[in-house]
Amino acid sequence: MSSRYKERKTPDLGPRRGGGPHLALPVEKARDFKGSFARLLQHLRPHLPALALVFCAAILGTVFTILSPRLIGQVTTIIFTGVVEKMKQVPGAGIDFPRIGKILLLLVALYLASSLFRYLEFFVMARVSQRIVSELRNRVRAKLTRLPLKYYDSRPHGDILSRVTNDMDLISSSLQHSVIQITEALVTIIGILIMMLTINGWLTLITLVTLPLSFFVTTLIARHSQKQFAAQQRELGALNGHVEEMYGGHLIVKAFNYEKQSLNRFKAINQRLYEAGWKAQFMSGIIMPLLGFISNIGYVLIAIVGSIFVTQGRIALGDVQAFFQYSRQFSHPIVQTANIANILQSTIAAAERVFELLDEGEEVADTKGALADFAPRGDVAFEGVYFGYSDDNILIKDLNLNIRAGQTVAIVGPTGAGKTTLVNLLLRFYDVKGGRITIDGVDIREIKRDALRKCFGMVLQDTWLFNGTIKDNIAYGRENATTGEIIRAAEAAQVDHFIRTLPQGYDTVINQDASNLSQGQKQLITIARAILADPPILILDEATSNVDTRTEILIQRATARLMQGRTSFVIAHRLSTIRAADLIVVMNKGEVVEQGTHTELLAQGGLYAEIYKSQFSTTQAG
Amino acid sequence: MAKMGKILRHLKPLRLSIAAALSLVMVRVLTELYLPTLTAAIVNEGIVRGDTGYIVAVGSRMLLVAALGGIASIAANHQSARVSAAFARDLREEVFSRVEDFSLHEFDKFGTASLITRTINDINQLQMALLMGLRMMAMAPLMSIGGIIMAVSLDPTLSLIFVALLPFLFALITIIGRRGIPLFQKMQVKLDNLNLILRESLTGIRVVRAFNREEYERERFQRANEDYTNTAIKVHQVMSLVMPAMMLVMNLTIVGIIWFGGLRIDRGFMQVGDLMAFIQYGMHIMFSLVAISFMFVQLPRALASAQRIGEVLDTLPTIRDPEKPVPVADMRGVVEFKGVTFSYPGAERPALCDISFTARPGQVTAIIGGTGSGKSTLSRLLLRFYDIDRGSIMVDGIDIRSIGQADLRAKIGYVPQQAILFSGSIRDNILFGKDKGEAEVAKAAEIAQATEFIRKTPAGFAADIAQGGKNISGGQKQRLAIARALVHKPKIYIFDECFSALDFKTDAKLRAALKEETANATVIIIAQRVSTIKDADQIIVLEKGRIAGIGTHGELLATNNIYREIVSSQLTEEEIA
Repeated sequence: MSSRYKERKTPDLGPRRGGGPHLALPVEKARDFKGSFARLLQHLRPHLPALALVFCAAILGTVFTILSPRLIGQVTTIIFTGVVEKMKQVPGAGIDFPRIGKILLLLVALYLASSLFRYLEFFVMARVSQRIVSELRNRVRAKLTRLPLKYYDSRPHGDILSRVTNDMDLISSSLQHSVIQITEALVTIIGILIMMLTINGWLTLITLVTLPLSFFVTTLIARHSQKQFAAQQRELGALNGHVEEMYGGHLIVKAFNYEKQSLNRFKAINQRLYEAGWKAQFMSGIIMPLLGFISNIGYVLIAIVGSIFVTQGRIALGDVQAFFQYSRQFSHPIVQTANIANILQSTIAAAERVFELLDEGEEVADTKGALADFAPRGDVAFEGVYFGYSDDNILIKDLNLNIRAGQTVAIVGPTGAGKTTLVNLLLRFYDVKGGRITIDGVDIREIKRDALRKCFGMVLQDTWLFNGTIKDNIAYGRENATTGEIIRAAEAAQVDHFIRTLPQGYDTVINQDASNLSQGQKQLITIARAILADPPILILDEATSNVDTRTEILIQRATARLMQGRTSFVIAHRLSTIRAADLIVVMNKGEVVEQGTHTELLAQGGLYAEIYKSQFSTTQAG
Repeated sequence: MAKMGKILRHLKPLRLSIAAALSLVMVRVLTELYLPTLTAAIVNEGIVRGDTGYIVAVGSRMLLVAALGGIASIAANHQSARVSAAFARDLREEVFSRVEDFSLHEFDKFGTASLITRTINDINQLQMALLMGLRMMAMAPLMSIGGIIMAVSLDPTLSLIFVALLPFLFALITIIGRRGIPLFQKMQVKLDNLNLILRESLTGIRVVRAFNREEYERERFQRANEDYTNTAIKVHQVMSLVMPAMMLVMNLTIVGIIWFGGLRIDRGFMQVGDLMAFIQYGMHIMFSLVAISFMFVQLPRALASAQRIGEVLDTLPTIRDPEKPVPVADMRGVVEFKGVTFSYPGAERPALCDISFTARPGQVTAIIGGTGSGKSTLSRLLLRFYDIDRGSIMVDGIDIRSIGQADLRAKIGYVPQQAILFSGSIRDNILFGKDKGEAEVAKAAEIAQATEFIRKTPAGFAADIAQGGKNISGGQKQRLAIARALVHKPKIYIFDECFSALDFKTDAKLRAALKEETANATVIIIAQRVSTIKDADQIIVLEKGRIAGIGTHGELLATNNIYREIVSSQLTEEEIA
C-alpha cells in the first residue's frame, strides 16, 4: 500500500494523464476490471439522459465530418471534368460553378453542424464528468466520517488524500475525454469504412493493408516505451528521494561534511535517470513519425493505383482525393483506441482504489436506545477491561480503575508506552475487547458517540488548529458560542492578552501550518477551546518541550484553572503533577503495569520507583 | 530574460546535437512539403495525359521521399530526446551541487520544499519544454514558412486567403486564452483549498471526533467541493470551444480555397493537381499556426521555471573557505566566544548580542533559556552555518573563519534538536560517510544506548532505516543521532536539547555513559530542563539573546533571578534545595 503511494507521489515526467499522447505511460492494471467497470457505470446512471445526448451529438458530429471529403472529391471531379472537356474543346464545356456552389454551401452547412454538435458534446460532458466525480468525492468524504479511527491509524494520510484527489482527477479527466473519444473513434472507423467501400473496393483494400502494420508498430513500441517509462519513473523517484533527504537534512549534511558523498550519489542516480529518460522520450517520440510513414506508404499506393484507375476511367479524380483524406483519418482512431484501452485500465484501477475506501468496514453503529443526552458528574470506571490493537496482541488485561468525579489521574511511562491507548478507549476511538468502561455507572457503549464525546475535553500536545480565524478555532469547542463567551474562555486560558496584541485580534487568520503562532500560544488556544466546551471530564497531554518558561507558567495556570472540578486524565511528565494526582497509572510497552498513589507506588519499588529515582535522583545532589 | 540566458548557456556544449536535430527536422519538413507537389505532378501530368509509366515513376519517388522523411524524423527524435535529457542532467547537477554549497543563510531564503521543487519539477518542466521545442517549435515555423513559400509559388493570388484567415485564428486564440487561463488558475487555487480542508480533517481526526465536528467538517468539504466543481465545469466548458472552433475555421478555409481555386483554374491560372496540393499546404500551414499559438501558452510556464532555477544559480554561498586556511591537525577544543553579536537577515533585533564565554576541554558547559533566547543559534554559529556580525568565535585561539569549514566541522560532534536520519542501514547512519571500523560503530551505539534495540532487529546494524527514519521511534532516532556524533571521537560536542525524546531511564544511563566518553572533550549542552544540566561545570543563562548569568547551579540559584525563575517553574521547592 505505502509503496504504491510512494510511487505515485513522485513527480511525473512526460505527458500528463488526461491530455497529450498517453501511449507511453506505464499502465496500472485493474484487479477486477469487469466488476469495477460495472460499478463505475452505476455512478453514471443518474446522468443517463445527458450521456445519451452526448452520445447522439458525438455520432452526428462525426458523421457530418465523414461526409465532407466525399463532397470535396465531387467538387474536384466537377472541376477536373470541366477542365478536361475544355481541353478537348467540347462545345459549351466549362466548370459547372452553380453546381459547385451548391455543393460547397452544403459543405459549409455540414461543417457548421459538425462543429456545433462537437461543441455541444464537449459542453455537456464537462458538466456530467465533473458532477459525477463531485458526487463521488462527497460520498467518499461522508464515508470518512463513518470510518473507525483504526483506518486512519493504519495508513498514511497521503494515501487517503491521494484517493480523493489524484484518483478522482484521473477518473474525471478520463470521463471527460474517453467517452467521447471511444464513440467518435468507433463511428469514424465504421463510417469511413462504409464511405470507402461505396467509392472503390480495391482502394479500400489497399488502405486496410496498412492498418495491421500501424497496429503492430503501435503496440510494439508502446510495450517497449512502457518499460522505459517505468525505468525513468523509478530513477526519478530515487532522485527525488535523495534530494528530499539531503535538502531536508542540510544541516546534518554540512555538520558532518557529507556534501561530497551526497553529490556523488546524486551524480550516479542522475546519470541513470538520463539513460532511462532519453530512451523513454525517444521511444514515445517515434510512434508518430512511424505512423506517419506508414500512412505515407498508403498515401503513395493510393496515389499510384488511384491515378491508374482514373486514367482507365474506373473512378473519378475527386474520389481519389477523398481517399487520401479517408486513409489519413482512418489510422488516427485506431491509435486512439489503443490509447483509450490503456487509459481505461488505469481509470478503473483508480476507481477500484476509491471503491476500496467506500467498502471499508464502518464504525459500529450506536446501539438502539443509546443515550442521546448525557450530563454526568464524572465518575469513571474501567471494569475488567481487555484491549489490544489486534486480536493476537492483547495489551491491556483485566484493567480495573475507579475514579471519582473531580479526581485527577496521571498516566506515566516511558515514550512509546502506549499512554494514548487509554484516551482512545475513553473516547471510543477504539472499543474494548472485553469488560466495560462506565461513566457515572453507565457503559459508554450505551451512550451515543456524540453525546459521549461531549463529556470530554481534550488538550493534546499535538495541537490541532485549522486554517481560519482564532475566534473560529476557539469556538470549535462549542457550536453557537457568542463572542463574549469566546473572549471569557480566552481570558481564562491566559491567552486573551496575546490575542489582542495581534494585528487583527480575534479575527487574525491562523495560516496553513499555523506557523504564525508559537507552540505555546497554540497550546493556550486549545486550552481556551476546552474551557469553552466546558466538559465534565478532561484529557490533557502535558507539554514536554518547545515552550519557553514564561509561557509554560501561563499554560500551567490555565491548565490548573481548567482542571478545577473536573475529572482529569493527564499524560504527565512533570513530577509536581504526578505527585498531586489522586491515582497514578504506570504504563510500559502498551500495558498497564502499576497503579496507585505516589507513596504507594514508591513503596512498591517497581517501575515507577525506578523511573522516579533515575529522573530525580540527581536533583537531591544539588 | 537575463536568467534565461544563463540557463541556455547549458545548451552550449550540446550545440552540435541541437544543430543536427534542427537539420533533421528541416529534412522532414521538406519531404512533407514535397509530397503534395509530387501528387500535383501525378494529377497534372500523369492522369490528364493518361501516362501510367509516369505515374509509377513519380509514385516510386514519393515512396523514397516518404521513407527519407520517416528516417529523418526518427533521427531528429533521437537527437532531441538525448539533448533535452542531457541538458536536464547537467542543469540538475549544477543546481544540486550549488545547493549543497549553500550555508543555512541561503538555504533558509529559499526553504527546503521550494529547493526540492526547483531541483526536480522545474528542471523537468524545462526538459519537456526543450524537447517539445526541438520537436515542434522548430517544425512549426519551418512548416508554415515552407508551406507559404510553396503556396505562393503555386499561386500568389490564392495565397491571400491565408492572410484573411490569420486575424480569425488569432482572435480565437486570444479569446480562449483570456477566458481560459484565469479560470484555470482559479480552478487550481480551489483544488488546493479542497486538499487543504481534507488534509486538515485527516490530521486532526481525533480532535474533530472528540468535539463532534464530523458533520461540520463534512459540510465544509462539500462546500469547497461544490465551489471547485463549478469552476472546473466552467473551465471545461470554455475549453469545449477550442476544438470545434479551430476545426470550423480550418474547414471553412478549405471551402474558400476550393471555390476561389476553381475560379483560378477556370481562368487558366492554375491546374487541378495544384489545387489539391494547395489544400495540403493549407492544412500544413494551419496546423503549424495552431501549434505555434499553443506553444505561446506553454512558454510562460517554462519561463517561470527557468526564472526559479536561475534564482538558485545566481545565489552564491556567503560562507566560503579562506584562501589559505589555517591547518588544524591537533586540536584541544577550547571554544571561546568573544563579544559575539549576530542577527538573522531581516530581523529587527539581534538573535545574539555581545556573547562572551569560554568552554574548556574536560568541562560541561550548559546553556539554558526559553524558546527564542538564542540557544540553538549559538550552536549554529559555532558550526559556522552562519557568519557573525561582530566579535569572534575561536577554537584553540584560532578564529573559525580562518579554518576550512570541513576541518572545523570534523572536530565537532553535533546532535541536533530534531534527530534527522537518512535512508540506508543503521551502520551507514552511524558512520555517515566517516571511515571507521565495525568496532567504533558498535562502541558508539553502545554509549548511545542504542545497542539493545539494534540487537532486537533481525538484521542488526545492517537493518534498513526508511526515509526520514519513519520505521523507528523518536527515542531510537535520537539515540542513533547521538551515536553518529560519537563515532569519530570529536574534540567538541554539541548536544542541542537532544534528550527530550528519551524516557527517564534511558536518559540517565546514556548520560552516565557519555560522561566517561566525553571526559576529555569540550561538551556543550543546550537545554530547557534544569534537571538535565544541574551538574554542569558552568551554566550560561540566556535571555532574549543576551547572557543573563554564568555560573554553577548553586551560584546561579543564589545570585540570578532569571535562573531562579526558570528553576521554580520546573522543580518543586524540596527538589531545588
